[in-house]
Amino acid sequence: MSDAFFVVLMAMIGGAIRVSTPFLFVALGETLTEKSGRINLGLEGNLVLGAMVAYATSYSTGNPWAGVLAAGVAGTVLSAGHGWICKLPKVNDIAVGIAFMNLGTGLAFFFGKPFIQPTAPRLDAIALGGWSSNPQVRQALMVNPLFFVGLGLAVFLWWMLKNTRWGLVVRMTGDSAASARAMGVSVDLVRLLATASGGFLAGIGGAFLSLYYPGSWNESLSSGQGLMAVALVIFARWNPLRCVWAALLFGATGALGPALQSIGISKGYYFFNAAPYILTLIIMILSARSKAASREAPGELSIVK
Amino acid sequence: MTMTTISRRGLLKAGVAAAAASALPFSAARAAGDITIGALYVGPRDDFGWNQSHAAAMDILRGVPGVTVVEEENVPETDSVAKSMESMINLDGANLILATSFGYYNPFVLDTAAKYPDVQLRHCAPLWNPETDPKNAGSYFSYLNQAHYVNGVAAGLSSASGKLGFVAAKPVQTVLSNCNSFLLGARSVNPNATVQVIFTGEWSMPVREAEATNALIDAGCDVIGCHVDSPKVVIETAEARGAKTCGHNADQRSLAPNGFITGAESKWSTTYKIYAEALMKGEEVPNLIAGGYHNDMVMNTPFGAGATPEAIAAATAAIEGLKAGKPIYVGPLKDNKGNLVIEGAMDNYAPELEKMNYLLDGVMGSTT
Repeated sequence: MSDAFFVVLMAMIGGAIRVSTPFLFVALGETLTEKSGRINLGLEGNLVLGAMVAYATSYSTGNPWAGVLAAGVAGTVLSAGHGWICKLPKVNDIAVGIAFMNLGTGLAFFFGKPFIQPTAPRLDAIALGGWSSNPQVRQALMVNPLFFVGLGLAVFLWWMLKNTRWGLVVRMTGDSAASARAMGVSVDLVRLLATASGGFLAGIGGAFLSLYYPGSWNESLSSGQGLMAVALVIFARWNPLRCVWAALLFGATGALGPALQSIGISKGYYFFNAAPYILTLIIMILSARSKAASREAPGELSIVK
Repeated sequence: MTMTTISRRGLLKAGVAAAAASALPFSAARAAGDITIGALYVGPRDDFGWNQSHAAAMDILRGVPGVTVVEEENVPETDSVAKSMESMINLDGANLILATSFGYYNPFVLDTAAKYPDVQLRHCAPLWNPETDPKNAGSYFSYLNQAHYVNGVAAGLSSASGKLGFVAAKPVQTVLSNCNSFLLGARSVNPNATVQVIFTGEWSMPVREAEATNALIDAGCDVIGCHVDSPKVVIETAEARGAKTCGHNADQRSLAPNGFITGAESKWSTTYKIYAEALMKGEEVPNLIAGGYHNDMVMNTPFGAGATPEAIAAATAAIEGLKAGKPIYVGPLKDNKGNLVIEGAMDNYAPELEKMNYLLDGVMGSTT
């Protein structure tokens, strides 16, 4: 039994590392956007478009890192559109976000047709499990560099929002637009930049999906991961460091279903496959009840006002 | 509200009638016997899976003189399939509609068939009922489990451990039958072979398919078979881990240059050629076409680098056996809960096998 426990544990650690990266990038991007006082529900569109652009670029140029960059640029352009439209009077950012989600996926499906068949060069992993003779440990510790980039970015964002002038401006814009204007800050410009940067990160999350894991482009690739990542931001209460834990937890529970079946616990796999969503709901209910949660929400968000 | 009675479709029809009248000399120049065949796919036509298997057959038809092919991809199993079919009939002049996804049948194919009695509609699943359903509708399907049996034979002799894995979508009869046949194929050459199955719960969910493939390889499986809509992710993930693979639905050999053994494919071109020939001669189009190896409706992908010479020899012999009607299910066979489910030898097309809701002894996994 301890063997079986080890298998599941390793699968969950491996799953957390493999599956969490796109969630992490999208959640960090959304955190930055929401900290400036806007909600961009369209990041699912960025994720899918980023995945397609990354795959197409990697296939055409032979360089997967060029694909990662192109995915970021595509995400930036898409989200800049969101940021620009939302500054117009009487525009609802949530409705625009849903429109941009459909626009992003639609563009990706339309232009992605010729790239379903070919195989593009993919990102390499760093083997960190060389010290272990156990093949499972070695497999679980095959880590893509983008995972570490995501971790570093989370720390950087956390530090930047807390300690720098730029961070202060973003937070102020998100908490009280009136105060920001009084300070002479252009609220629309800050939000445009925050939304576009968030879109850049979400695009890179998409590149991870198509260029590393699962590592191919097709139309059902994301299956709603971008939407879940937006929900993770509330779950992480707008804190970039908590986004890391939320993404890791989500990835680990996602690996639970297949891992349990592989050691022979095959009853009720529909339930285990739903585990990440059930867990998110439970934590959302618990955290929504605490007073601290409502204090941490940026005051300018349309869902808070 | 009289405006609503003029439907978009009706307007289009009127427009087409006008266009057709003005183009009359050209349409009259069309040779007698020329036909148009329309196909509808639920996903992209180059998905390395189910849709590609149909699209490949349509490409073969495209080369037949006198046949015009029209196709539409990504047609959801909703009212939009009815609209697509009507547009193929009214705008493209389709004589035959091939509806390739399960959920297209009821009510969309049935209603369209009743509305257009001069057009033939054929649906890819065993659903047509000769008593109640329109005479211009019909079904065609293949017994793909025969090709999965051949996969199993080749996998059993290409595996070092005798532990095979199977990534499955949902525990429905066709999937269970393919998985069980895969096991029986492997057991026919290695009595100790086992198949471990992981159900993803969805027809297409790439991240979970990759997770399932990794979990099976972590559990010691060295050959991975599958039944999901688009096996590309499964095959590529297994190849990257150094495991061997068996394909499903379409030719996936190019995805795994080192580990691909063989794959189970339906040969829809056989059926489609029968349809086209009947239409061109003005004969009746058969309502029901079903079959497997004996009537050239399934095939196996050419062997890849993962197949050992013994595997190739045994699998080729197994194909000859199936063509001659050698049964796959030979009792007594127990399911993996210990119940006796098959007593004697079953014909490969026996109706009892259509009710399969169990995994055989030797398959590790559960249907619930």
